[in-house]
Amino acid sequence: MIVDRRLMAYFDWPLATAISLLSMIGLVMVYSATYDSATGQAGPQFLRHLGALGLGLVALIACLAIDYRSLAERSFVFYGGLTLALVLTLVAGVEQGGAQRWLGLGGATVQPSEFARVTLALALAALFARTRYGQRSTLDWLIAGALVGLPALLIMQQPDLGTAVTLLPVGLAIMLLAGMRLRVLSLVFVLAILAAPIVWAYGLQDYQRTRVVTFLDPEQDPRGAGYQQIQARITVGSGGLTGRGFLQGTQSQYDFVPAAHTDFIFAVLAEEHGFLGVVVTLGLYLFVIFRSLQAARVAEDRLGAMLVAGIMAGFAFQVIYNVTMSAGLLPVKGLTLPLLSYGRSSIIATLIGFGLILNVRMRRFTKR
Amino acid sequence: MAIKRSRSIEQASHRDARRVARLLLVFQVAAGLVFGAILVAFWYFQVSQHDRFLARAENNHQRHIDLRAARGVVFDRDGRVLVANRDALNISLVREQVDDIDGVIETLARVTGIDRRTAQNVLERNRNVPPSRPIVMVPHASLAQVASVAARRLELPGVVVEQSPTRHYPSGSLGAHSFGYVGEITDVQLSLDGYAGLRSGDIIGHAGVEHAYNHLLMGTDGTRRVVVDSVGREFETISETPPVEGHRVRLTIDYDLQKAAEDAFRLAGFNGAAVVLDPWTGEVLALVSLPAYDPNAFAAGIDADTWTALNRDALKPLQNRALQGRYSPGSTFKIAMAVAALEEGVIDPDFKVRCGGGAGFYGRFYRCHATHGEVGLEEALEKSCNTFFYTLGEKLDVDQIHRWATALGLGEVSGIDLPYEVQGLIPSRAWKQEATGERWYPGETISVAIGQGQVSVTPLSLAVMAATVANGGRRVTPRLIDAWNDGSGWQPAPDPAPPTVAPMSPATAAMVRAGLWYVVNRQGTGRRGRVQGRDVIGKTGTAQVISLDGLAELGGTPPHLRDHGWFVFAAPRDVPRIAGAVFAEHSEHGYLAAPIARHVIETFFAKAEGEPLPVLPPPPAPAPVPTAPPEVPPAPPEAPAAQPAVPATAEADAAAVTAGDGNGSEP
Repeated sequence: MIVDRRLMAYFDWPLATAISLLSMIGLVMVYSATYDSATGQAGPQFLRHLGALGLGLVALIACLAIDYRSLAERSFVFYGGLTLALVLTLVAGVEQGGAQRWLGLGGATVQPSEFARVTLALALAALFARTRYGQRSTLDWLIAGALVGLPALLIMQQPDLGTAVTLLPVGLAIMLLAGMRLRVLSLVFVLAILAAPIVWAYGLQDYQRTRVVTFLDPEQDPRGAGYQQIQARITVGSGGLTGRGFLQGTQSQYDFVPAAHTDFIFAVLAEEHGFLGVVVTLGLYLFVIFRSLQAARVAEDRLGAMLVAGIMAGFAFQVIYNVTMSAGLLPVKGLTLPLLSYGRSSIIATLIGFGLILNVRMRRFTKR
Repeated sequence: MAIKRSRSIEQASHRDARRVARLLLVFQVAAGLVFGAILVAFWYFQVSQHDRFLARAENNHQRHIDLRAARGVVFDRDGRVLVANRDALNISLVREQVDDIDGVIETLARVTGIDRRTAQNVLERNRNVPPSRPIVMVPHASLAQVASVAARRLELPGVVVEQSPTRHYPSGSLGAHSFGYVGEITDVQLSLDGYAGLRSGDIIGHAGVEHAYNHLLMGTDGTRRVVVDSVGREFETISETPPVEGHRVRLTIDYDLQKAAEDAFRLAGFNGAAVVLDPWTGEVLALVSLPAYDPNAFAAGIDADTWTALNRDALKPLQNRALQGRYSPGSTFKIAMAVAALEEGVIDPDFKVRCGGGAGFYGRFYRCHATHGEVGLEEALEKSCNTFFYTLGEKLDVDQIHRWATALGLGEVSGIDLPYEVQGLIPSRAWKQEATGERWYPGETISVAIGQGQVSVTPLSLAVMAATVANGGRRVTPRLIDAWNDGSGWQPAPDPAPPTVAPMSPATAAMVRAGLWYVVNRQGTGRRGRVQGRDVIGKTGTAQVISLDGLAELGGTPPHLRDHGWFVFAAPRDVPRIAGAVFAEHSEHGYLAAPIARHVIETFFAKAEGEPLPVLPPPPAPAPVPTAPPEVPPAPPEAPAAQPAVPATAEADAAAVTAGDGNGSEP
């Protein structure tokens, strides 16, 4: 289905440009992070990353072409598909680095949990769009809680606490827009604090506890669990104002940065392009967030507003967490930086999300 | 009604939309604030704290590699290489790069076949070394070990192969005690001023020339800065300061004489010591102490078993007998007696004594080993007549003997440029008062007169005495260093302490030398030291290890209790060119030490005149080296090195007792 010409008039070119720029920066950083000075070439991840961007673009266009309201009507199909994929991942997933997060799919692997945020945003938005503000029953809230909880629990079993946690801002943002009272929010907050010791004792794996303890005092174990955090901060700090130059970061090029092309891609950027690079990149991210939330404000209906806000909440949370972690200011979690990090599922899921956001804005004058 | 309702719905929708818009604005503002905070944090790390983090990043990927400097090569007086270096591969561990030390040690032990506990002890010993410095785990690794370590590099983080120059002694144990050995600096030495600037793990000399001239021989280590990645792979060299080799050192030792002396000992089947000097300069031409050790064993870091074995060995191979062994001089002391008696004027050159196989002094009978009839000084020296020298002992005061023996070089350290020299003992009134609180009894002087009693000397000091008598009264300071070369040419070593003068008259010197010439060239005890045409002068001596009474109790003489033999010598008589002393441990007879000296003298003159060097027949197959049973600690023939001023107790006491029995073992 070809997108209507009239619709293209409302296409958000500034947002699309910012997303493209960030993708370009990501491509450059993946090149640098996987560069091997011995062969003078980037790793195989670079081409895979490029391919994922192409696939993501196709997915973005597909999500743009279909009216988001039609998609929302079928959101429970998507949600069911996601749940099935997550269960399959637990049963027959591919294990890597102690966690079972991937599903083999022909030659490639897919990480279903990366698609959870978008799917959840669509399902929650669809749920609350059916009823009006002030008319929501307790049942609606319970269903919403269950919609967030089910994939979160499944993802935690992989185990992947980081990705599971990113579902919370998605749910929270949509529920706030749907009219969740602040009193309820504070109650949830208090309950969470009370539950913390219990989660600490029973809910966390040993390695997770170690990470938290190490975060509080990284120098206690500089060769062990604190290593990544210390190295990340050294990497960022050594960048200086203007950076050490493309392919010139010693921390990145000599492998002192852990997971340089995935979780710590922003540290590589900070080292090689300095504070100026950080300002430009974070400026682009902030623009993307502002512009997307703007799309939510001008959305034609509540469905669109909630969908955009949910997707953006997950995106912003990931960006903020990852960037803060890159400076060694938050415990190390396997969270990618959307649009910059290597990770095909992450790229495609992120671009699908932006497809939906562009979709909502483009159809802000279109009624069904 | 319907309109009203739809309006209220519209109003509700409108309120709802405004609420949503407000919330979204809150989201935007919140995002802006958080991003602002993040930027502040990045500013702090990247701009405010940049220098600190940059330094840490540099430290991360740059590594300093020590480039060990080779020690200076040591030559003999003819330029022959005595001590050199060879490149060894060491497998070392950089602890900084290792998370799991125990795991790496275990893998390393498995891969290289070294003992895991030994490796852990090495680490324990080096725990104060900075963690970025490699610690040698496998010194002198074989190529197979290096290859297997290289193949498992990923399992062995922090394990590196280093090339390091290692001391090499091409002649093995030859001259070992002169060269000494090297090893890692000890914690105690690190705290001494003389080793300022050195670091734990540095290799220094621990004995001999290696120790005495460590400051010349030790080079300056270089360093190389390299770029490494997180697993320690080297990428490139940033800068390099090459190591500077230590100064070359030329010794006064003559390899051929050293070898001749050791060969002669081996043929004779004795352990012992020998010192051969240039009588005019004090240059040490050969310095022997047997049994020796192989200094190569120390070069690569001696293993605990070898070290323990060397230290427990009853034959004390680590001891430099020439400098550190104290023995009764026996009849060689008669040379000092003759000089003292002539110079103190207690006899005139025509003085004669009638030897009837002994004589009575202070109410006691002292025996001679033969009946010599009427003998003068020269003949008394030739025959080693005890009666004659007992008589001199009666005429001389012990302090007069002390003065002349000391002037000739006995009872004091010679000042040789080797560490740990000990001092012999020549008794005096003052010494006895101090040591025992008792006064000197004239009867004791009778034993002293034939070199028994409390008298003890080192082989080196006897060699100095031989040189002093040979050159007519200049007591030279022995030395081993001839010159050094820091790369800009050979510079002569500064002169040692100038010779002190033993003020003997030429007539005295001539008379004593005449007697010593008879010893070797007539019917004397040193006939086996004779070299045709070389006018060798010499004197034999016997140092008792156990009293005759003690021997009687044992009912036989086990090899390790046999007497020691001495031969002091110089040649030629009138213008001497070589002088020295040979100490043949448990040789039983002084005359058995003389052939060793003869081979040295023959070699010296053959070489001086460009003739082929004499060759000794190979030693008999089962070498009759007297060995002590290890379980039974023998009466130590030499005093422990730690007690310099105290006389050699066991044998000195035994000798004091047996002097009355007539020094029966002298032929």
